[in-house]
Amino acid sequence: MRHVTKAALLVAGLTLAACANSDLYSGTDGPGSQSGATAGSVDDPTSIAHFQQVVGDRVLFAVDQSTLSDEGRLTVLAQANWLLDNPEYTAVVEGHADEQGTREYNLALGARRASAVRQLLVAQGVSANRIRTVSYGKERPIELCSAESCYAQNRRAVTVLAAGATG
Amino acid sequence: MTRVFANFLMGLILLGAATAGGVAQAQNGPLRIEITEGVIEPLPFAVPDFVAETPGSNQISKDISRVIAEDLSGTGLFREIPAQAHISTITNFASPVQFADWKAINAQALITGGVSVSGNQLEVKFRVWDVFAGQELGNGLRFKGTTDGWRRMAHKVADAVYSRITGEGGYFDSRVVFVSETGPKNDRKKRLGIMDYDGANLQYLTDSSAIVLAPRFSPTGKEVLYTSYETGFPQVYLMDVASVRRKVMSDEVGTMSFAPRFSPDGKSVVMSVTEGGNTDLYRMDVASGQRTRLTNGPAIETAPSFSPDGTRIVFESDRSGSQQLYVMAASGGEATRISSGQGRYGTPVWSPRGDLIAFTKQNKGRFHIGVMRTDGSEERLLTASFLDEGPTWAPNGRVIMFTRETRGADGVSALYSVDVSGRNLKRVRMNGGGSDPSWSPLQ
Repeated sequence: MRHVTKAALLVAGLTLAACANSDLYSGTDGPGSQSGATAGSVDDPTSIAHFQQVVGDRVLFAVDQSTLSDEGRLTVLAQANWLLDNPEYTAVVEGHADEQGTREYNLALGARRASAVRQLLVAQGVSANRIRTVSYGKERPIELCSAESCYAQNRRAVTVLAAGATG
Repeated sequence: MTRVFANFLMGLILLGAATAGGVAQAQNGPLRIEITEGVIEPLPFAVPDFVAETPGSNQISKDISRVIAEDLSGTGLFREIPAQAHISTITNFASPVQFADWKAINAQALITGGVSVSGNQLEVKFRVWDVFAGQELGNGLRFKGTTDGWRRMAHKVADAVYSRITGEGGYFDSRVVFVSETGPKNDRKKRLGIMDYDGANLQYLTDSSAIVLAPRFSPTGKEVLYTSYETGFPQVYLMDVASVRRKVMSDEVGTMSFAPRFSPDGKSVVMSVTEGGNTDLYRMDVASGQRTRLTNGPAIETAPSFSPDGTRIVFESDRSGSQQLYVMAASGGEATRISSGQGRYGTPVWSPRGDLIAFTKQNKGRFHIGVMRTDGSEERLLTASFLDEGPTWAPNGRVIMFTRETRGADGVSALYSVDVSGRNLKRVRMNGGGSDPSWSPLQ
């Protein structure tokens, strides 16, 4: 029973992540705006769309935690491989928290989450100066309900690509 | 950007003692509210429309009287006896007060006033009467200013009345800087707004092109510290309110800075800086920009606030494994944990009186605004809701304003206030949503 539930959640998670991709391109502020970078086709393994949807651009965290889960770790390892294969991209890792927490604490918590992803990317050989981090705390939820099903999607770190020279 | 502060000269003149209209003995003791005694029954008062002493000042006289009445009633400590119930009218500021007429309607306090306008010059005078003692409370006062500052003049009168009857400082002639919020949760537009404490005279200090968070007044109320994402990364800025000119306070590449607050002397700023995922407290000298590290460890240290004497800082840290409150010397060093109850504690703010620390508490899925003594004792929760956070103190340390957010996909943020005893919880009257209020000193 537990396994079934988990599998269902995973599928839901993937679907939501795919739906939410548009938000990475709609922003007018912040590093998520990715001016000049286009998503391209999922079928093109060097495209941003491929990175987002096949490699996986985000990892999720448990309540109040910034340690990568086994599954999250696998995603970040895949991100690292992709970044090593596609050196023309830099990335900003955006850390986020759910709404259950005070504003300042959530900013700091989001920074921890983003840093956890960055540290693993760098440990895998991605040049440190290609990866920046930023925290949005609870300012940028992608799921809106006030329930764990939404909170689980909002406790995330998203690796946002930008085309261009090393920062 | 329009001019933010009403630019008027305000004079204050003491009027001579009035002659009491009759001799009466105090029946209920002197007119006085002790706020600490837990007032349940608000004190009845009457504010007949101030006498218009010049042609054309009728409307402004009425408006001023209404703002005074709203200020006083809004505290929950006073209850207005409406004009329909009045037996007497005041047609001449200098005439003797007919105490019997005000006693008959049980108005314990009576506020009389006169207003004159000449060009854009406005003069407001008033007296406060202890009706049952049949005598004046304190001396009459006269304020001079310009007509565009009429609300401030009304607030000043109300502050004087409040102060005389409670023995406490007032808080009506004050402003609030906050984050104005519009739009859905996943596309929320945030901009800095500033308004009178009662929601009037709202103006914006920034546009909504970048997320802004948690503005904090300087001790003079003329400057505001806040966090903005205008470069894409959260950084602390200092803005001059009158000119809306701003400068970045901390712009080291690869670091985030947030949660700033001024020291009471305005010479330094304490804030959180995040480097490599770790958030610590730093103190920055405003003039030189020189930065001193105050905490050093892997835990999250944030939301610092100075004691009013500037010697200590209260902040939150998860060094024990969960968010708790700590106090340390303003120069850093060893910190003492003061929170000890169940749940998590954050956003501590030292009262301007020095006696209490207000905080946000999270326990069993609910959020509370609470207060405790500065050693952590006598914790009292004042509110409970789905999400209450970010308290700020009224200048007299008797009222707290905070953010309340409602649950769900349509959740919105609004500003609320509550007094330190937990009574008089109410939403601040304003258009649109708001969060992260910071209350100015008395102006």
